[in-house]
Amino acid sequence: MSKLSKEQVKNIAKLSRLGIKESEIDKYSKEISDILTYVEQLNELGVICAEPVSQITGLESVTREDAKYEQKICSKEELLKNAPEIKDDSIKVKPVFEERESI
Amino acid sequence: MSKFETVIGMEFHIQLNTVSKMFCRCDNYSANSKANENTCPVCMGMPGTLPYANGKAIEWTYLLGLAFEAKIADEFNFERKNYFYPDLPKAYQITSSINPPVIGGRLNIVMSEGEKELRLNHIHLEEDAGKLVHASSGDYSLVDLNRAGTPLVELVTEADFRFPEEARVFAENLRSIVRYLGISFGNMEEGNLRADANISLRPYGQKEFGKKVEIKNINSFKAIEKALIYEVNRQTEILNEGGKITQETRGWDENKGKTLPQRSKEEAHDYRYFPEPDLPPFKPDANLIDKLKSEMPELPVEKRERFVSEYGLSEYDASILTADFDMAKFYEVGVEKIMEKENKDLVPKESAKKLSNWIVTELLGRLNAKGLSIKNSPVTAEKIADLVALIDGGTISGKIAKTVFDEMFETGKDPGQIIKEKGLVQITDTKAIESIIDEVLGSNPKSIEDFKAGKMQALGFLVGQVMARTKGQANPKIVNEILRKKLN
Repeated sequence: MSKLSKEQVKNIAKLSRLGIKESEIDKYSKEISDILTYVEQLNELGVICAEPVSQITGLESVTREDAKYEQKICSKEELLKNAPEIKDDSIKVKPVFEERESI
Repeated sequence: MSKFETVIGMEFHIQLNTVSKMFCRCDNYSANSKANENTCPVCMGMPGTLPYANGKAIEWTYLLGLAFEAKIADEFNFERKNYFYPDLPKAYQITSSINPPVIGGRLNIVMSEGEKELRLNHIHLEEDAGKLVHASSGDYSLVDLNRAGTPLVELVTEADFRFPEEARVFAENLRSIVRYLGISFGNMEEGNLRADANISLRPYGQKEFGKKVEIKNINSFKAIEKALIYEVNRQTEILNEGGKITQETRGWDENKGKTLPQRSKEEAHDYRYFPEPDLPPFKPDANLIDKLKSEMPELPVEKRERFVSEYGLSEYDASILTADFDMAKFYEVGVEKIMEKENKDLVPKESAKKLSNWIVTELLGRLNAKGLSIKNSPVTAEKIADLVALIDGGTISGKIAKTVFDEMFETGKDPGQIIKEKGLVQITDTKAIESIIDEVLGSNPKSIEDFKAGKMQALGFLVGQVMARTKGQANPKIVNEILRKKLN
């Protein structure tokens, strides 16, 4: 695994909403590259006839009945307690200017 | 004639009206709830919580697929679509667009030029995000997570649409279908049904697609057509002037009547999809699919075709009556009443058509004017059937029937009762009509001469005079017959 470029590290930080200093980029570039190199050892096994697996439980089609909670498992107050700021029963956040692209 | 062919593909999001949300048991109906009332640790994205899939939502996704004659995938799975946005508490959306549960599908729509087949690409199931309310001051935004986790079906079409009108008609058909199936309220204005459009232009004969523009923020069926027409004109103008189309997302501004570029990040989105580790794959049980097929209600297209063949209605009337499930039901309750009254197994097409006319032209206009739905109609289908029977039986003329209908709409009374109370029974007594005709002829010698000189309008005038003297209650057929006999 070649070393991650500066741009790649910056992009990962941005996607993860992590603020990193310019001076830290080299450090993370090396650390992330090391992790990837470590995981890459798996390629040496040369597995060719196995399907990619994303589940190992063997379970399938686990569904539940379409029914409401009989009683609330958590009050609204308890749930909102974790939010930094509340206004009119809503979670107050920084203004969102960017148009939503998803959904 | 434009040199360019329009190519449109549509994406629809449909909120399923299940009792509970997609991955938790929170109440899925929040129209009358305060902000964040219907939330729990799962849909709020608290650490350590696990999704538990709503079986009904998956069934309904298959049901919608079957209604579009699509293929049900042998297996599908959920994945995480990762991005940060304040209305998405987990910072990922659980969706199933990569291995979707429903593949392909098609729908025939009726346009004035005839039928057109429009194909689907796929249908997938995902969860809706929360709602953001922006402070008018611009200082902050408020997040309400009642909607977060509502089962959301996304239906993606092929780029088969060539005219904006087709997109609107398809959307209206989709609304009818989800309502017939009872899986969604299908209200665009309330966001239960949301539409995005992809549109590009290309010179006729060119195979490759042009640069496409995505239109968002379309809030009504009319807006689908209006936004697309605006976009066709905008792009045609640019291309005619030798310009190039920018691939971008534009929002429809209803007040300005135009599409405007949306502010968005420059770099491409990187959603880093990966399989949802907390949800195993889903394989539909063959019995389930058979059961869904056997329970499939008669869909709008089938019903429309049956109304045409069984009741002799025009395509137009049949499509109006079948667009709404309750409307179709209303009509058929009336049909049954007619059959009962006439003691027949088959409804006479003449009566069925009359019933349809009374509903489509008289009742709907009045309901619309009052903002009432067919369910809240002050006049029942049975009473309209009674009215049709009274006309068919010669008790009242079609003209008097309108007066009676006005009264029915106002008071909800039986037509028979209104006719009795107001003394509107048609005069069918030939002797009585004859004496009135004699009076009319006696005071209009000029018209008699005109008629004998070949002026047919004179006959119409005389009929009119007789009808006026009887306040419209004389049977027009009998009046005509006697008049002709006397004049010849």
